[in-house]
This record gives sequence, C-alpha cells and structure tokens, in this order.
Amino acid sequence: MTTPVLSIENVSYSYEQKDVLEHIDFTIQPGSFVGLVGPNGSGKTTLIKLILGLLHQKRGDIRLFGKSIDKFKEWDRIGFVSQKANSFNSGFPATVYEVVSMGLTSKVGYFRFFKKKHEEKIKEAVDLVGMSDYIHQNIGDLSGGQQQRIFIARALVSEPEFLILDEPTVGVDTENVHRFYKMLRDLNKNKGITLLLVTHDIGTMTSYASDIACLNKQIHFHGDPESFNDLNDQDLSNIYGHPVNAVTHDH
Amino acid sequence: MLSSFLQYEFLRNALYTGLLIGFIGPLLGTFVVVRRLSLIADALSHVTLSGIAFGLMLDKKFGVGISPFYAGMSFSVIGSVFIEQLRRVYKAYQELAIPIILSGGVGLSVIFISMADGFNTDLFNYLFGSVTAVSRQDLWTILIVAILVTSLIALFYKELFMLSFDEEHAVVSGIHARRIHFLFIVLTALVIAASIRIVGVLLVSALMTLPVAASIRIARGFKQAILLSIVFGEVSVISGLIFGYYFEIPPGGTIVLTSILILLVTILVKQVIQRTRTKRVKA
Repeated sequence: MTTPVLSIENVSYSYEQKDVLEHIDFTIQPGSFVGLVGPNGSGKTTLIKLILGLLHQKRGDIRLFGKSIDKFKEWDRIGFVSQKANSFNSGFPATVYEVVSMGLTSKVGYFRFFKKKHEEKIKEAVDLVGMSDYIHQNIGDLSGGQQQRIFIARALVSEPEFLILDEPTVGVDTENVHRFYKMLRDLNKNKGITLLLVTHDIGTMTSYASDIACLNKQIHFHGDPESFNDLNDQDLSNIYGHPVNAVTHDH
Repeated sequence: MLSSFLQYEFLRNALYTGLLIGFIGPLLGTFVVVRRLSLIADALSHVTLSGIAFGLMLDKKFGVGISPFYAGMSFSVIGSVFIEQLRRVYKAYQELAIPIILSGGVGLSVIFISMADGFNTDLFNYLFGSVTAVSRQDLWTILIVAILVTSLIALFYKELFMLSFDEEHAVVSGIHARRIHFLFIVLTALVIAASIRIVGVLLVSALMTLPVAASIRIARGFKQAILLSIVFGEVSVISGLIFGYYFEIPPGGTIVLTSILILLVTILVKQVIQRTRTKRVKA
C-alpha cells in the first residue's frame, strides 16, 4: 500500500470553549484531486491551518507523507495558495516573474542567491499556468483570475507533490473559474500533483474532483463525485444544517 | 557650479555624504513605502532628534563630549526596538506605535533642548540639514552605515521582498518573519540617523518616501522601483545641495522641493502616457 499524502486521525480542535472540529478522520491518497466542501464556519480554514502547521491540534494525529506533523520538515513538498492571495496590495510594484520567484525563497535558503537554474524553473512555472506573455507585467495590472494563476505558479515553482488551495476562486468570474479548474485538473493528471481544494462551491467541484469530502465540524461524507451526486437533498441539508440546492455542471 | 564642491573640503564632505544618503535612503525607503510604514520614518527621525538634543545637553551642562550625531543614532536604534515592542502589544492597532514614539521623541527633545539652554546654530543645522556642517568623521561614519545597510539588504533581499509582499505567505514558507522585520527596522533607524546631517530631522522621511512615491508610479517590478527611486534620490540630493549652497538655504528644503518636482513630473508623464494609450486603443 502506498503511503497517504495526508492522514488525519481522530483530530479535534476548539477555540476557547467552541468546538470547531470534532473527531476528524480523513485520508488523501497520492494522485487524487480532493474537493473539501462545507458551509461557512464549518472549520474548513481551521483544518487547513492544522495541516499547514499554523495551528497545533490538541487531540489526534496528523501525518504528512507518513511523518507526524510535529516532526515534518520538508515543507517544500507542499504548496499552498491562500484565500487571501487576492487581497494583496494591488499597487505593489512586482512583476509576475518576481512574484513567482518568491515561491523559491525558502528553498534557495538564507545567504544564498538565485541562480540560472532557478530562473529556468520560474519561467517554466509561469508557462505551466499559461501566463508567459505577462511575465514582465506588474501583478497589479492583471485581472483577478490571472493573478490567481500567478499565485498557483508561485506555489508550483518549488515543485510540490501536494498542493493545498483555500477558496482560490473567490473574486474570479464564472468563465475563468472553469478555466481555472481545468488547469488544476491538468496539473493533477499530467504532473501527478495531489490536490486538496477547499471551496463552498459544491456544484463546480463535482465536475472536476476525483473525491469529494464534506465538512461541517465532522467529515460527513467522503467519496467520489458520483455517489456525492446521489445524496438526496435530505442528506445534504443534514450536513449543511439547512436546505441546499447543489447545482451540478456537466462538462 | 560643481567646481567649488570639488575645491573645498567641507563641500566635498557634503557632496560625498549626499551621494551616500541619496543611495541608501531610497533603497531602504522602497521597502518602507510598500510595507505602508512611511510614518515610521517620521517617528524615528524625531527620536533621533531627542538623541541629538541629549548629546548637545551633555556637552553644554556637563562638558561630556559625546558627539550628538552618535547619540542621535543610538536613540534612533533604541526607538526602533520600542516601536516593534509596541506593535506587538497593540496587535490590532499597530499604527498607534507611531504617534506614541513620535510624541515621546518630541517630548524628550523639548526637555533636553531647554536643559541645554535653548536653540543654537548646531540644533538649527540638525533640524533643517546643512551643507557646511559635515565633518570628515561624519562622512566616515555614514560610509560605514551605507556599506552595512547595502550589504545586509543585498544578503536578505529575497526574504525582505517576500515579507513586504505577503507576510502570511512568508511565514507559511518558513521565513523567520520576526527576525527579518527586526533587522529591517534597525536598518531604517540607522539610515535615518545617517541622513540627518544633510537633510535634517524634519525632512529626512521625505528622502525615503518621495523618490519612491515617484518611482512606483512608473516602475515595472520591484527591482526597477528600487533603481528608479535611487536615481530620483540622487538627483534630488545633488541638485538640492548645489542650490542650497548657492542660495544659502539649508539643503533639506531644496532637496525636498526637488523631490516633489520630480514626483509631479512623473505623475504628469504617466497621465499623458495613459491618455495616449487609451486613445490608441479606441482608434
């Protein structure tokens, strides 16, 4: 059996008195594209912060590539694109090239400088997200969707095996959302990168992901999109706590 | 016009010092501006003033010969450490650190100045800058500061850049944000203290922000923004020094006015370019 990219066992988390996550068991196998969906306040962002080591779980066990998170050091195997990526200072004078180069900063390390091979990698990553024509443009001059591709490139430049995206399509228009998901699916299929994408947009997710997980304090469902679509409205409203209409898109 | 600057030693000192601060001011200033910390420069310059006043007071009252320049530099660095502490205490109101430190600096200055029996020419020079007050020793000190600042920025450029762009991402990637930020704020304090001889306490923050304000209007990318800021900074300092000398005005005033002139020109040029571009798109 292959080692899971991520395994979470019986993890709970609470802020002061309020339980945010209860007994989470969750595993991600290499090569999968997992959509983690859940309503606002369901603990999605908390779970991501635990996985990234920004918060520390009080109970349970989190393993990355088979290693306990307390001992995990190979952070360059993991890429992260945050929700906040689209709220950066848009007047910041940085070119696409410069933004993507930041993805290599910690890999290159202190007291060392970028070399030719790093330059090549930066250009490749920009090419991978289809933004080569814009490499010397200021990031603030691009559209929201284009900026988000650049932040993906920044995460990809260090060649991570596992890419985590927290609500990456906030502020991106519908047409570009689909283009964006297609790009992620290609990265997953062609480059074999394991993806964990957090979103509240269930409908779009089901047409691209290989697995869907529903979170609302607990993991309520984890399976393929077909069986997720078979859930009836009653099951979904149990998860969400209120009635929902999951609009599915077929492509 | 430049000939007398090469002829007299005191003018040569001022010219060389000017070239150095015209370089390090905008270099560090670019980081200061993009991190929206422009006002920190003002707070630190007023703390530097209290150090200078302290030095003048010691000399006058007790005959202790500490150079006001070094006293100012030490106060500035200590002030920068305080700002960091305050920003940590008031996490939700980080900008509060600036008025606290600024008024503290002015308050201390007032006390030390009156203890030193009020204003004199020395103090006037520190407030508005001077073409004639730069000694050979000042020049050496400023040269050392310039070398230190430039080499540390070159060494930590990629970390500083990342921290300026997106602090959270920098932390997730394993950058020691707090240490790098501390280094940055101490370097800022040193640059401010070093620039005061020429530009003066009241206008030193302008040297760090105005050239940057002009350059970010037109620069493509961060490196270009730094480069253009330095060019604008040098042009302002040199022309400011020359005008200041010939019209017998403290150079602080002429340097700042030249910077503002450059700023206005870049805003105008950018607008003209944008207008012709939209016209071309329409046509």
